Amino acid sequence: MSRPPSPLMDDGTSRPTIRVDLQLVADMVEPGCRVLDIGCGEGVLLDYLYRFKQVDGRGMELSMAGVRAAVAHGLSVVQGDADTDLKDYPTGAFDYVILSQTLQATRAPKTVLQHMLRIGRRAIVSFPNFGHWRVRKSLLFQGRMPVTETLTFQWFDTPNIHLCTIRDFTDLCQSLDISVERAVSLNARGMIRFDAGGALANLLGEQAVFLLRRD
Amino acid sequence: MSASPTLGRLSLPGHRLELGAEAPLQLDCGHALAPVTIAYQTYGRLNDDKSNAILICHALTGDQFVAETHPVTGKPGWWEEMVGPGCVLDTDRYFLICANVLGGCMGTTGPADENPATGKPWGLSFPVITIGDMVRAQLRLVDSLGIDQLFCVIGGSMGGMQVLEWAVRYPQRVFAAIPIACSARHSAQNIAFAEVGRQAIIADPDWHGGDYPLHDRRPERGLAVARMAAHITYLSEPALHRKFGRNLQGRTLTYGFNADFQVESYLRHQGSSFVERFDANSYLYITRAMDYFDLAADHGGVLANAFRGIKTRFCIISFTSDWLFPTKESRAIVHALNSVAANVSFVEVASDKGHDAFLLDEPEFHATLSGFLDGAAEHRGLPRGKDR
Repeated sequence: MSRPPSPLMDDGTSRPTIRVDLQLVADMVEPGCRVLDIGCGEGVLLDYLYRFKQVDGRGMELSMAGVRAAVAHGLSVVQGDADTDLKDYPTGAFDYVILSQTLQATRAPKTVLQHMLRIGRRAIVSFPNFGHWRVRKSLLFQGRMPVTETLTFQWFDTPNIHLCTIRDFTDLCQSLDISVERAVSLNARGMIRFDAGGALANLLGEQAVFLLRRD
Repeated sequence: MSASPTLGRLSLPGHRLELGAEAPLQLDCGHALAPVTIAYQTYGRLNDDKSNAILICHALTGDQFVAETHPVTGKPGWWEEMVGPGCVLDTDRYFLICANVLGGCMGTTGPADENPATGKPWGLSFPVITIGDMVRAQLRLVDSLGIDQLFCVIGGSMGGMQVLEWAVRYPQRVFAAIPIACSARHSAQNIAFAEVGRQAIIADPDWHGGDYPLHDRRPERGLAVARMAAHITYLSEPALHRKFGRNLQGRTLTYGFNADFQVESYLRHQGSSFVERFDANSYLYITRAMDYFDLAADHGGVLANAFRGIKTRFCIISFTSDWLFPTKESRAIVHALNSVAANVSFVEVASDKGHDAFLLDEPEFHATLSGFLDGAAEHRGLPRGKDR
């Protein structure tokens, strides 16, 4: 049965456009599996995964506006907070647990990451890279907190309370015995991609997407 | 004294299912109840494979007249805006069923009916019923209609309790469940309010120990007070203030105990119009059923255990200003469902209209329901509605 075009995405093409980091995340997900998307917003990624990867998807979103939009679109989404509500989910309930551009806004990123890899066989995490050269330049030459295409907030109103670099994140994974299956870093528009394990990724990547697995 | 609301029951419009003495309803209290009449209404058409049925569960004082002029009050149905062609509960796509609950007074067997053993009205000899018993009666109706699996069970308040009971007790028979503005157990505060209502009825000398039909009386004052107290809990302080403030009925205070304030007059009207359509003993029995409801109790006190292995798709909805069944009650259900990785959506709708918001035209509420039902319909292989 065909579904009418989704209001969440461009229609008319067989491969609708979603945000470039979401596309990268979506490409890492095997078809037909179970996915929990934490911080799913209005459910753009879930909707994409459902349509094009036949995924059994669930979402969690902090903002009620996002939840309402997602549920009104027929997606299974609950209002919840990654910091407090992940503990409710049973171990191994999902194939993938996804956290896109949200880790840096959580109160306890380490705990969130541990929960993700408890709940899911694999986790996919995307985050802005604080090691990017523009960030470094802003601090080094202007002596100011950076405001960039991926870090758009001023210091006083940013929700990003736990920013990290690709290297920091890799270290955390290592200390938690989490294997990195794939890591890609890219610029804001996704035009340039590096293997995030590479030496230059931490300097040239504006954001990173990690596919993680429990050891 | 006005005529008993039960007098005209046999002439009420709609369908009836009769359960005879050979097939009594086994109640939680141990009593086998027979005969039992279940009065119900339907809207829309059951499709060929009987996969498009939605069971609507009504609240404490609701009934089966969901979307039509009420035969007793002459008022519109309680969910009239929700039901119809192209509406949220789209009668072009779904077959809607709503039955008067067991213990009710709109045609389904209740305490006002005749006890076959005595030939007199049951009164307080009617067995105490539970939400589980109400659902058991509905199951018999669904069976009689030849429906293996309901596409959806939906209801608000006590209706939501029935939805939860359906999903937990008969998970294979419920594809999607929408419990609205309810909880998995009556809280101490809920029980306290229910008890105030019951005591108001019991304190009315016209109640006669529940045997008022034999005395040709009705405890109208007690039932009206019960309704007035309950009605306050269905609203919110901001909604009451917006509607009435401290506005006076007349020009000045009367320095007496007439209804000086508009809110008093409003409540008195709510009370007096309620007694015309509701039976006092039914009120006792149905509020008791709500008090006894505790979904976790049958599952070792752990709500999550009630939902283990459930495939039903849930959509839990609460309202920000509902203090009778506040959002935290819904959230407890969501947490329990999450903990067994059930398929659940949860939306708290912003409304200042209190508990009664589920009966009112709240666009966000309706959009949530439509979206969830469309998504569920797609997964069930039912045609989607026109794009709204």
